[in-house]
Formats: sequence, structure tokens, C-alpha cells
Amino acid sequence: MRALFANKMRASFVVLGSLLILFIAWPLLRTVTASSPVLLWQTLLDEEVRDSIGLTFTASLVATVIAFVCGVPLAYLLARADFPGKWLVEGIIDVPIVVPHSAVGIALLMTLGRRTLLGQAFGLFGIKFVSAAPGIVAAMLFVSLSFLVNAAREGFEAVDPRLERVARTLGASPWQSFWRVSFPLAWRSILSGIILMWARGLSEFGAIVILAYHPMVAPVLLYERFESFGLNYSRPVATLMILICLATFVALRLTAGRKTESGE
Amino acid sequence: MENRKGSVQVRGLWVDLAEFHLREINLDVAAGEYFVILGPTGGGKTVLLEAIAGLHQLRKGRILLDGEDVTGLPPEQRGIGFVYQDYMLFPHLSVAGNIAFGLELRRMDRQVIEERVTEMSQLLGIGHLMHRRPVTLSGGEQQRVALARALVVEPRLLLLDEPLSALDPGMREGLQRELGRLHRELGTTTIHVTHDFEEAVALGDRIAVVHEGRVVQVGSPEEIFRKPGSEFVARFVGVRNIFRGELHPGEDGYQTLSLNGIQIAVVTELSGRVHASIRPEDIVLSQEPLRSSARNSFRGRIVDIADRGVVVYVTVRVPGALRSDFICMITRRSLEEMGLREGLEVYTAFKASTVHVF
Repeated sequence: MRALFANKMRASFVVLGSLLILFIAWPLLRTVTASSPVLLWQTLLDEEVRDSIGLTFTASLVATVIAFVCGVPLAYLLARADFPGKWLVEGIIDVPIVVPHSAVGIALLMTLGRRTLLGQAFGLFGIKFVSAAPGIVAAMLFVSLSFLVNAAREGFEAVDPRLERVARTLGASPWQSFWRVSFPLAWRSILSGIILMWARGLSEFGAIVILAYHPMVAPVLLYERFESFGLNYSRPVATLMILICLATFVALRLTAGRKTESGE
Repeated sequence: MENRKGSVQVRGLWVDLAEFHLREINLDVAAGEYFVILGPTGGGKTVLLEAIAGLHQLRKGRILLDGEDVTGLPPEQRGIGFVYQDYMLFPHLSVAGNIAFGLELRRMDRQVIEERVTEMSQLLGIGHLMHRRPVTLSGGEQQRVALARALVVEPRLLLLDEPLSALDPGMREGLQRELGRLHRELGTTTIHVTHDFEEAVALGDRIAVVHEGRVVQVGSPEEIFRKPGSEFVARFVGVRNIFRGELHPGEDGYQTLSLNGIQIAVVTELSGRVHASIRPEDIVLSQEPLRSSARNSFRGRIVDIADRGVVVYVTVRVPGALRSDFICMITRRSLEEMGLREGLEVYTAFKASTVHVF
């Protein structure tokens, strides 16, 4: 505590930094305390609300699983191999962070829409994206995969390649040295990428609202209630969402932290 | 048990990496030999070992193990153990898990794995560390674990990349003896890379000197320092007096080292057959026997005087000391003052504490 106020410079930095923290914490606190527990309970009993929260969590989970299956191998390649055009691949991975998410919605509509090549191809298997759960998954995947891939890449970069080489000399195939050495050692980073991506997917609105307004994910439901019925009616939904997201985020962070502490 | 003694032939090996290049490397290592690759730091010695282990693509050349061409084999099929300078233990596994790593890959029976891990850990004196994590171990302990991990799978060839360099001097001496003992007990063909000449002399049956990606000389330790094949080898090895002898307990805290017929008083905690080195500048020359604190004094005859400008190397042959000429460094000025010339009888003297025993 004393280190924070060691001199005047630090003290003024404390004031400036606190403004930002307050700016985040105050609105959240206001929203959370505005609705009575009874009202929150009633909102939770509302089937529409529960369905949309369930849909949001599941869709984000599916998006995260897809990103894990394809993104962890990609992250490994980016950490280990140099190849022509690597800068381009790295750039593409970061693009979703910088483009407006509503524009992402338009772009996805143009590639996954009913009349598009991909849309029709998936249609053969009975999968449609527009106004359907797969569209929600696609939107979440697009806007949040950067978090998982980048975290995993940093994790692999921190593993000395010579550890893999030793594993190879001890008889491990490339697959075995990946699963027994590289992956477990990068797991902490990968896990934090998973949490970040999943949480980011939960909160996605812009891309989803264009590609799949219905079925409604929680942020869309919240928006609709605000538009149609106003602040008082939408507030409990907002409160509920903030609480649930915070709770899961904290819980995951804690378990992730504990697991790796005992694992090291 | 698999054959732990593979012979190695490296034929015309070229490797090109961003920082290192190996040029036309040829090596012949006999089965069961302890072979040392000696050269300055950063000369591509690690890359050479990694290339033999199959971890780098060759531009040209072949690698034969027991006469079998393994050039195209991936590292996991070569049966070559590798120990890095900084150990590279798997940080997420216990010591036991590290040692068992290679055996588990071979899908061996749990009980067999346990037995072999225990056996190997006892051989290396790390039995009490089995449940510790690598980060909690000292450098010497980590290196023993790395050795156990490499040896437990019974490789045909063991590659050691500067295995002693990261250790503090006390540890280094202990582990150096350990390497010698392991080699005598297991007989695994070993290639050991180092930049330390004394380490090379103490352990190597033969030494290959590597410079700028090429092998410049191969020979027994004696050949390397008595007959350096090039200016570079001579400079790198330096001018030294290196002897091999047997230690016997002496008096007053000294031990006696007998080498080829003469006895030298030394200070050391080692015993048995050892090497000893004396720096040429630590030997004092005089024409009369000196009354000084130096425990060692021998009468001999000057057989060679090598002029190196400001300093002069005088070689003195002590009667009875076979192949044990002493090379002494003096200034040109004292050479002239003392009027030294070849054939003259002189006395050499040096303190017991200046003899480095290893």
C-alpha cells in the first residue's frame, strides 16, 4: 500500500488510474443494485430470458470448441515455424479485433446467407445460418477466436523447443512430443485463452443481431426489451446477465489459477 | 538389454542453419569410446550433436550407426540419448516422471518401468529426489536427472552438450568423475562436446578439435597438446604441462602424485588415477637448488628453448621422468641474465598449490 503513495508522481497516478476503475465499477454496481432480488428472481423465471441465456452460453461454448480444435494447431505452427506469408496469417488472426462487429455480421451474411455457395452447401446437411443457432455460433467464432489463438501461441512460444527435441530423442513421435510436452506446458495460456474467448462470445451483439436476430441471445433480448418497453423493463435482464457473466468469469479464473499452481 | 555400444561414422556432413554452418564433417567413433569434441564456444558444436541425433536436416552427408545408415531416420528411431547443457528437464513432471518418460513411450509394464527407474536413479545417486519437481533441484542434481532420463532407455549412443559448463566449479569436478564412472560401468558410446580442454583431457579417449564448423584435428589428448596440428589448435590448447599419474597419501596435508618415475607433492581431495597440469609461468628456473617454500624441485637438462618475443618457453627434461618434460615460461631478460642455453643443467621448482589436479 505504501508503495502506491511513495511520492507525488505515484499519488497522482493513483488518482488518474482510479478514475478508470471507478468508471467501470460504478455503472456495473448501479445496475446490479438497482433491481430487487425479488424482481431478479421473477426475471429468471421468465422462460424467454432463461432460454436466451442458455442459448448464449451454449453457442459460445460451441464456438470455443471449434476454435480450440482448429486454433490450437494453428497457434502451434505460428509459434514454431517460419514460413512465407506468416505476417499475413498473423494479421488475419487479429483482424476480427479491429473491424466493427456489425460489419462482420454483413460479411458473414454475404458468405453464409441462404443464396450463397456455402449457405447452400451447408443447407444440404440441414444447417442454416441466417436466423438460426449455427449463425450465432459463426458470429461468435469470428469475433472472438483471436483471443484463443493468440493466447495459445504465446503459450507455445514460452515452451523451449529443445524440450520437444529431448522428447524426440527419448522415443517420442512428433504427436507424442506435442501431447506429452508442448501441450501440457502451454495449457495455462491456452486455458486463459479459452476463458477469454468464451466470455467474449457471450457478450457479442453486433454481428449476431445482423446474422441471427432470432433465436435471441441474451444481449439481443436485452436490446429488444429496451427498444420495445424501455429502461425499467430491460434493467433486470441486464442485471442478471452481468451477474451471471461475472460469476462464471471469476469462477473459471479461480479454478484455472488453482489448477496450474498445483500443476507446477 | 539393447546394445549400448554403437559405433558412429559421420561422412561428409554439411548443415546450414541461420547462425551456424557445418562443413564437411567426418568423424569415426568406435563402439564404447568416450569421444570429446573440443572447440571454442559458439562454433556450431551443439548443432553437430543435434544433427547426429536427427534434429536438423543435413544439406549433405551421411550418418552411420553400427554401420547402418540412419541419415533418413527420425530422432525417435535412432536410439541416441541427448543431454543439454541446461538439462531441459520437463518442468511439468516429477523427477521420476522425467526419468520414466522414455520408458512410458515404449508402453512397458508399470512394474518394469518402476524397477528400471529405481535402478537408474540409484546408479546416479538421485533416489531421494524422485518426487521433487525439477525447479527445486540444484544444477548438479538436474544434470544427474537428465543423464538418468537419457540412459534409462539404453541408447546406442549418448550425446552430451557441454554437460558441465552450467555447474559451479565444485559440482563440476564431482559430475566429471561421475561421467567417467558411468562410462566405465555402462560402456555407452559417448560423444561429449566442450570448450574446456582439461575436461576433454580428463574424460576423452580421443578428442576432435572443431573450429569454424570444421574438424581441424583428431587424436588422443596427448597428441592434441603435444603435437597441435595447426596454429589454431596450438593457441586454443595453449602451452601447458599436463601429466597423468597415480595419487598416494602423503604427509602434512599433501598427497604424492607419481608420474613416470618422479614424485610430485600436490594438494587435492581426489584419489586414484588423475591428471595434473602446471602452468608454464608457475615453474621457477634456477641454476642452483633454491631454498624456497616450493615443495617440488627437480634437476634437469634444457632440451629446447622456444623464443616467443617477450617471453621464452624453456623445455627441461628431468631424468627418469619419461615423456614428462617440463615447459617453463620466463622472460627474455631472465633468459639472458641466467645465460640459459640448450644442454645446460638447471633446477625447476614449483609449489604444490600450483599443480591443478583433475
